[in-house]
Amino acid sequence: MTREIKTKSNLEKVLASGNFAVTGELGPPRSADGHEVKEKAVHLVGNVDSVNITDNQTAVVRMSSMAAGLLVQREGLQCNMQMVTRDRNRIAIQSDIMGAYALGIHNLLCLTGDHQKFGDHPQCKNVFDMDAIGLIQTVKMMRDDGRLLSGQELPEEGRPKIFIGSAYNPFADPEKYRIHRTAKKVEAGVDFMQSQCIYDMPRFRAFMKEAVDMGLTEKCYFMAGITPFKNLGMARYMQKNVPGILVPDEFINRLKGVDKAKQAEEGMKIAAEQIEEFKSMPGIRGVHLMLIEWEHMVPEFVKMCKLTPRPSL
Amino acid sequence: MSDFDPKIIAFCCQYCAYNAADTAGSMRLQYSPDVEIVLIPCSGRFDVILALKAFESGADGVYVAGCLEGGCHFLDGNIRAKKRVAYLQKELKAIGLEPERLAMVNVSASQGPQFAQNVDDFTAVVKGLGPSPFKKKLAA
Amino acid sequence: MIICERKPIDEIKSFIAGKKKVLLVGCRGCVTVCNAGGTKEVEILAALLRLDAQKEGIELTVDEFTLERQCDPEYVDELAGLVEKGYDAILSMACSVGPQFLSRRYPKQDVYPSLNTCFIGGALAHGVWTEHCQACGNCIIHHYGGMCPVSRCSKSIMNGPCGGSSNGVCEISKDVECVWHLIASKYMDEGRLAEFAPIQPIKDWSKSRDGGPRKIVREELVK
Repeated sequence: MTREIKTKSNLEKVLASGNFAVTGELGPPRSADGHEVKEKAVHLVGNVDSVNITDNQTAVVRMSSMAAGLLVQREGLQCNMQMVTRDRNRIAIQSDIMGAYALGIHNLLCLTGDHQKFGDHPQCKNVFDMDAIGLIQTVKMMRDDGRLLSGQELPEEGRPKIFIGSAYNPFADPEKYRIHRTAKKVEAGVDFMQSQCIYDMPRFRAFMKEAVDMGLTEKCYFMAGITPFKNLGMARYMQKNVPGILVPDEFINRLKGVDKAKQAEEGMKIAAEQIEEFKSMPGIRGVHLMLIEWEHMVPEFVKMCKLTPRPSL
Repeated sequence: MSDFDPKIIAFCCQYCAYNAADTAGSMRLQYSPDVEIVLIPCSGRFDVILALKAFESGADGVYVAGCLEGGCHFLDGNIRAKKRVAYLQKELKAIGLEPERLAMVNVSASQGPQFAQNVDDFTAVVKGLGPSPFKKKLAA
Repeated sequence: MIICERKPIDEIKSFIAGKKKVLLVGCRGCVTVCNAGGTKEVEILAALLRLDAQKEGIELTVDEFTLERQCDPEYVDELAGLVEKGYDAILSMACSVGPQFLSRRYPKQDVYPSLNTCFIGGALAHGVWTEHCQACGNCIIHHYGGMCPVSRCSKSIMNGPCGGSSNGVCEISKDVECVWHLIASKYMDEGRLAEFAPIQPIKDWSKSRDGGPRKIVREELVK
C-alpha cells in the first residue's frame, strides 16, 4: 500500500513504502543542558525512524520540544516534535509551527496536553485556546490550504510541509466513544497516530477492527504504543493508578512467576510478543516505543523484536 | 480555678434533653447549677448565631443537646445541629477560642442521669479551661 | 448565580487591624442565596470580629447593614447616611462587584472584600455548588447536549473527551465529573451520535474576557 507523499518526513516515507515503522520517545531534560539530549539520542539513532520529543509532559517544565528536537536532528535522527495546546494560544501555535518547519522539523504531534494540576506549576494560567483536533486542523490548513486561521495566505514556499501526527487512546472512557473521537482526528486531517501504551490486547484488537471497518486505517497510519514493564512493581502501579491504562492480570502473573532479576527480561519478552502480533494486525502500520528513562535499552529491545535494521529511504 | 463558676448555656431540644432535665429533677439528681437551659423546638433550630450571641453575652461554654442520632422528631435536626456545631468550632478556633467551649450532646427524654452527667462533664471541661477570654477582657 | 465563599477570618482581621469602627455590608442578591454574604452571614462575621476584639482587649465597633444589591448604584446610595457617620473601614460581603461599587460611590472610604468570588454556578444540593458557566459571551451548550464544555471541562475542549477521562471522572480529580463523558454518553444513549460526530470548530474567544473587559449598552433602557 503506497500513498501520496506530502512531506520530507522520514517516518512518512517508511510508512508510505509499506515498511513496519518504528518510533521512539525522548523526554527533554529538566535543565538547559543539551548534552543530556544528545546522550539519550545516541541509543535511538539507527534504531527508530523518528523520535517523539515530549512537550513539557505531565505539565512539568522541561527544555522546549522544538529545541530538544533540533538537538536530536543534529545527531542524524528526525524528531516528532510534540506540541500541546495547554501552553500556547493560536498566535504562538502558528508561529511555532512556522519556526519548527523553518528549522527542519518535519513531524509534529498534535496534543491537547495534560492539565497542569499535577505538574510542577499548578499555580499557572492555562491556555487551551483550542484542542488537539483544532491543532490538527490548523497545521493542515497551513500546509494544504496555505492559510493561517486568520485567512492570511502563506506563499507557496512558506507553507509548512509537516507530517501531522496525534495520539489515540482506545482505553479511556467512555469505551464505546473512543473510536469516534479517533475518527474525528482522522477527519480533521491527521496523517499518523500513535496509541497510549497497550496491554489489554483483546480490547485493542476490537478497537482496531472498528477502525478498519470504518475505513480510518485507509486515511491515517495507525501505530501501536508499547512500554515494556521494567518490573512487577511498575506493572502493578500502572494497573492500579494510571487512568486510561488497563493491565491484564495475565501479565502481572507472568512477571510474578519469574525471579526479580529476570522481571525486566520477562517484561521485554511480553512486549516483543505484542509487537509480533502488531506486525500482522490489520490496520497497524508500526509501533511507537516508549522506553522512558530507559532509552539505553532501545538497541537491545529493537534487535530482540527484529525491528532493525531500519530502512534507509 | 475552684472559685470559678462558669456560665453555661445549654440549648435543649423540647423532645429529649428538655424532658431529660425534668426527669433528672423528678429523680432528685444533683448536677452543676451553673447551667442555664434554653428551650428550642428541635436541636435543628440551633443556629451558629445563637451560640455567638451567647458568647458575646458572656457565656463561658455553650452546648446543644439533641435527641439520640436516628431519634430526631424531625428526622435529621440533630444531625444538622452537629454539623453547625462542628462548623462553628472551626471558626472559634480561628479566632483563638478553645473549640471545646462549644459541644453537641445527644440524650433521650428518659435519660435523666445521662443529662445530669452531661451537665457535669461539660461544666468540668469549661472549668478546666477557665473563664471565657471574651468575658475576661470585657470585665477588665 | 455568582457563587462566593467567605475569606478566612485571619485575612479579614488583617484588613481591619488597628481600625476601631467598621461597617459590614451584606447583599441580598446571589450571596444571600449561596449563604456567603446575606444578613445572616453578616451577623455571624460581625459577632466573630467582635468576639475576637474582646478577646484581644481591643475596642472595636462593628455595624451591620445589608443592601438589596451592591451591584446597582441606587441601592449603594442607601448607605450614604451610614457612611457619613465615619467608618475606618467598610467590609463588603458581596461578590467582587460590591466592594468595587462601594469604593466608587464612597471614594474616601477604605473598602475591603470579605468574600472570594468563585464562579458562576448553581446549587446541586443544599450546601453544594458547582461551576456551570464561564461567561464566554457566546453560549454553545445546545451543541453539547445542554452541557457547557467551556466551564465544566478542565481543558475547555470543544471535541472531547480527552484521554484523561476515566470512569466518568476527570484526570484532575475524582471529585470532578468529566462533562464530556456525560455529553458523549447522552448522545450515544439517545442514538444521536451522528449529530454529535461533526468536528466543532476552534472557538472564537473574542466575546469572552479574552476580548478585554466587556460592556453592554442597551439604548432603549438608557435614560
